[in-house]
Amino acid sequence: MPSFERKFALHVPSSTENLALIRDFVSAVGAQVGFDENEIARLALAVDEACANVIEHAYGSDATREVTVRAAVEEGEIHFDIIDTGRGFDPSLIKPEAVEELVKQRRSGGLGLRLIRTIMDDVQYRIVPGEMNELRMTKRLKK
Amino acid sequence: MATNFNIERSEQSGIQVLALDGYLDAHTAPQFEAAIQELLEAGKIRIVIDCGKLTYISSAGLGVFMSFIEEIREQGGDIKLASIAPKVYQVFEVLGFPELFNIEADPEAAIGRFGKQ
Repeated sequence: MPSFERKFALHVPSSTENLALIRDFVSAVGAQVGFDENEIARLALAVDEACANVIEHAYGSDATREVTVRAAVEEGEIHFDIIDTGRGFDPSLIKPEAVEELVKQRRSGGLGLRLIRTIMDDVQYRIVPGEMNELRMTKRLKK
Repeated sequence: MATNFNIERSEQSGIQVLALDGYLDAHTAPQFEAAIQELLEAGKIRIVIDCGKLTYISSAGLGVFMSFIEEIREQGGDIKLASIAPKVYQVFEVLGFPELFNIEADPEAAIGRFGKQ
């Protein structure tokens, strides 16, 4: 791995039709960093889940708003930051529920967060009131 | 933007087969949800989902399976899955789907499972 920092960013309107574009962006960055095909698929899934949450919950599917995805490679890890200016939502407040329980209750919520936590090594959330919300997902690079 | 997702519907031996083609994410999941809802309303509750051409699934797609399965089973039906590619299967696996759903190697095997009930 080169030692210099590499940064990438994508800004898209807050619409689920852009999720495919977001996955393509993550896949391209992942490939450049040297992740294998399965790892790239998992990274794209985690970022898709985070962005889908922003589009549907933070922005209430308002396509006039904007979602920003930033990727930065530094010091043996890659961060994906998902930035929005919608309703803040701290995922650490959500307790993971058993999938069997969700099925019994006919609910499908919470699966995205579970996938994000499974795929990524670290997940941090930061709310800057009145300014922005930022979900930082970190994956360590293999040496 | 054209969506890269299609559902092909067929009926084999009285079983409804939905063959998914493309990606199933938060954008395309409503199409899948509508297809299952349509079958449920028509009382066609023995369903096989052929995932042979499914290239991607996110929680929005998985959520469709989860939100219908209880009601369909209560009515004596089931949703069985078939032909899931390894890259897609790993997502099902993370969430424990293999314990909740019959997953078969191909649609014929999934259709056959209904006969054994």
